[in-house]
Amino acid sequence: MTGSDQNKAPGSTGGAVGTIANNDIRQPLWLLAELTYACPLQCPYCSNPMDFANVKKELTTEEWLEVFRQARAMGATQLGLSGGEPLTRPDLVELVTEARKMGFYTNLITSGVGMDASKVAELKEAGLDHIQVSFQASSEDLNNLIAGTDAFKHKIEMAKAVKANGYPMVLCFVTHRQNIDKMDEILDLAISLEADYVELATTQYYGWAMHNRDQLLPLKEQLVEAEAIAHRYQDEQKGNMKIYYVVPDYYEERPKACMNGWGNVFLTVTPDGTALPCHAARELPGMGLPNVKDMSIDEIWNGSDDFNRFRGFDWMTEPCRSCDEKEKDFGGCRCQAFMLTGDPANTDPVCSKSPQRHLVDEALERGRLEAAKSIIDQKTLVFRNPKNSKQISGL
Amino acid sequence: MSESIFTADSIPVLALGYRFQWEQAQNCNVLLYPEGMVKLNGAAGEILQRISEKKQTVTELIDELKAAFGGADLDGDVYQFLEEAYNNDWIRPE
Repeated sequence: MTGSDQNKAPGSTGGAVGTIANNDIRQPLWLLAELTYACPLQCPYCSNPMDFANVKKELTTEEWLEVFRQARAMGATQLGLSGGEPLTRPDLVELVTEARKMGFYTNLITSGVGMDASKVAELKEAGLDHIQVSFQASSEDLNNLIAGTDAFKHKIEMAKAVKANGYPMVLCFVTHRQNIDKMDEILDLAISLEADYVELATTQYYGWAMHNRDQLLPLKEQLVEAEAIAHRYQDEQKGNMKIYYVVPDYYEERPKACMNGWGNVFLTVTPDGTALPCHAARELPGMGLPNVKDMSIDEIWNGSDDFNRFRGFDWMTEPCRSCDEKEKDFGGCRCQAFMLTGDPANTDPVCSKSPQRHLVDEALERGRLEAAKSIIDQKTLVFRNPKNSKQISGL
Repeated sequence: MSESIFTADSIPVLALGYRFQWEQAQNCNVLLYPEGMVKLNGAAGEILQRISEKKQTVTELIDELKAAFGGADLDGDVYQFLEEAYNNDWIRPE
């Protein structure tokens, strides 16, 4: 998972002229296929589960195609091919070819590692609609430090190859305390690469990022500075390069409308075939974790306890239950509510109305204390790799 | 009202990364783009389908629509739609 599709409102259509309003039928419009947990990078803010090394057996080509067919029949139009690094799947071109034939809009979410110019051309030929390349930071040293591998020069070449093949260049930078001070360098790099879209995504604290939270949470003053720079570039680049800047939800007063509502438009299938309402939901207690090898997508989407668990508003506790904003943000993120408060039905503690907002403020304070330590005393970042996964998860 | 983007001779094309298709599950035409979808009403579908299938000038597009819809006077509506579609980043003049 390279990090940028976490905050999207999938299926959003706006209210433009010539459009039809969305109906109320829940359809899995957005299928995120996490094809593999294999990844040459070791980003410490990865949203993959800590115990990813436990997953040995990935779905086969035919099993993935069957998932695609079923989801497509249920209305899915957007297919995200993610991971791990999806390029490590030898059947990626075949999966793209077939998905495109089914009518999917195919999005490849990649670090660019493992790609060369001929691979980009091959994917284009297969009908791939869209490529998003993630960067860890703007300079080679920092990028390689954060990604834990020597990948930066290669990424720049790939970003250029993407553009040369007629794709809009969509760059994603995942920001955090260690790189957010480089906002101007990041945007200058994007300009020099002639990017069409730049997403300044903020680290979301799930999986590995949660484990490394004290070292990754940006400081308030860093955010103020970064936001000012981002807005300046937005103005300067108007009509040229679109810049999306996302504020970390820990610093917001209201929670994000996570996944546009639980089991509403979003379906994740993990490398081993587990179907989830979002890519972090595996960590929640009491999940049945239905697998596409045992059940149809229809049964999972419409019938499973997991997907029905937080639909609608009946599951809500106070203050969400009687809140007039509940239809706007659905109470925020269930996984964040669980990780921070211990109960996934609680209000996302990011919300200033939550009686547990102090948990978020305390996390910010811990980050501040960590940042104030000398380099030697600071905790080291734990990189996402199989060795650490096994060690931390006791596998 | 800002200056119009499309004139009689301009050739409207779908913006980079946009795709037009019929969606059975929605029972309507749609535009697909990175991580999103627009569901189109009948008139928007008729116009964008023609734009996606064939490169032609706005005049030719309007003629084709008139032929398909019994000669109705729809010049103003088409121009207005094209401008709004441009403002939504769906199309651009080639």
